[in-house]
Amino acid sequence: MYDERHVLVIFPHPDDEAYGVSGTIAGQIAKGTPVTYACLTLGEMGRNVGNPPIATRESLREIRKRELFEAAESMGLEDLRMLGYRDKTLEFLDDGVLKQLVLNLIDELNPSVVISFYPEHGVHPDHDATSAAVRDALAEIDSTKRPRFWGIAITKDDPEIEYSVKPFINQKISTIKAHDSQFGTMFREYEKRYLAGEQEVSERLENERFHVYSFDDE
Amino acid sequence: MKEIVKQDVQTIIDRYATKNVYLHLETTNGAYASHFDQSFFSASAYIRNASVTYKQGKIQGQGPYRVGLELEIGWIYAEGLTHYVINENDEFILMGLNYEGKIAVTLQLSEQPFQHN
Ligand SMILES: [Zn+2]
Repeated sequence: MYDERHVLVIFPHPDDEAYGVSGTIAGQIAKGTPVTYACLTLGEMGRNVGNPPIATRESLREIRKRELFEAAESMGLEDLRMLGYRDKTLEFLDDGVLKQLVLNLIDELNPSVVISFYPEHGVHPDHDATSAAVRDALAEIDSTKRPRFWGIAITKDDPEIEYSVKPFINQKISTIKAHDSQFGTMFREYEKRYLAGEQEVSERLENERFHVYSFDDE
Repeated sequence: MKEIVKQDVQTIIDRYATKNVYLHLETTNGAYASHFDQSFFSASAYIRNASVTYKQGKIQGQGPYRVGLELEIGWIYAEGLTHYVINENDEFILMGLNYEGKIAVTLQLSEQPFQHN
């Protein structure tokens, strides 16, 4: 775990932090680092409604909002920002809207690192719209003052950064479990495999990985 | 929310007929469909808070069901519907859950606009 001045996490969906970053968030908070998590939508267009179904398209919003609060609590996170955009619409927003939002957050918080998806490797259009906004915002900042940009990539191998979050595995597991409507069934199975000591599962859960985005002027 | 009872849904469709209502209609196969299966052609459509008035409408099929609503100068329809509810905000929600229990289609009507942001 690195020493940071302030960690700014920006994701489009309430569960995007769970598998890849929640150990880092919990770990940084335990170290006393201020952490801000800006979540752009409430994932109201999700397709998982529980099995048997407990949610509808309309109630999913409140359910996922509650789950996000619970996740924040699991990580010890106090600065949670819900930005109120609508799920699956981010790529259609007017030019510069999200970039400006990121610039404002950086202005206010002065983070030493920004964590989001890695540009163009997020698969979901909302992931790629978010990471593009982070990239474009950071590109406008003078390279001597620019926070580092760490991205989670779904379609890119060999992350430059990888470290253990094992000391915070309980917080991480509660964070994943908090997003019950999205991960419930799947994670119950996965957790069993983890508790049974399966190598591949503990390797995945106990480590977090980031690709470092480098800008042209660096 | 419960599994569709055809006659109950028909009664509700009749109740909203000729009224000005707000429509939410979506189909979705998920943003990851083509990622998991390169040969899958991902397609979906979405409209929220369209203001419509339909003359009459019907539910058809043996489940999953189809619902069609006849407008003055057009049509609305959805297929693959399996579940429905009228929620606490008096919104009429029809959903189609696929074999994994995930939303594949929704058709919703309400006399008040659906939540928007
Ligand atoms: Zn996501």
